Amino acid sequence: MTLQLTHFSAAFVFALFASIVFGITHRDTARDMVRYGLYCFVMFLGGAIVAGWAMWLLRR
Amino acid sequence: MVNSTAGKTKAEEAQASMMAVIAPAVGWLIPGAGHMIQKRWIRGVLLLVSIGTLFVLGLLMQGHIYKANGGDILDILGFIGDVGAGGMYIVTLARDWGQGAIAFAIADYGTKFMIVAGLLNFIAVADAYHIAIGKKQ
Repeated sequence: MTLQLTHFSAAFVFALFASIVFGITHRDTARDMVRYGLYCFVMFLGGAIVAGWAMWLLRR
Repeated sequence: MVNSTAGKTKAEEAQASMMAVIAPAVGWLIPGAGHMIQKRWIRGVLLLVSIGTLFVLGLLMQGHIYKANGGDILDILGFIGDVGAGGMYIVTLARDWGQGAIAFAIADYGTKFMIVAGLLNFIAVADAYHIAIGKKQ
């Protein structure tokens, strides 16, 4: 069985799970963990989208 | 009374120092278990699900698993990342999974998923150690 993820869904899954681990391990209180996890998620996924558009512009 | 209190403190210290060894070891073998044996149940389960899912998805995407090697520097770094997944890495090697060539983009993503899962588990192990020594709640 081969799982076929699109580039975006692979980036989404990666950002989601990496952010959960970062949130838990890098902050002390539950509230801070959630906030930092969300921040990492937005940065991961936002960074991928921005980099994608930057490459699209460079290609033109 | 004083002796009893002092004895209890020593016992607690001994238990804490033992936990500082056991928690990281168990956490490396099973992601999140280092937190669970210290009664951080929710954090442990979230770590297990996150790291476990990344690793399994990597395998399902036909990712490549690195064995111990003395060759290319990227292969060595890949091995260091993979070995962080602990028990999952051992089972994968034992079952001879993840041995195919990286033939397409998704397989390359899968390879990276497994390496990152291992590296994230190293962070989780360090966190379990910090909890055990009282540096973190």
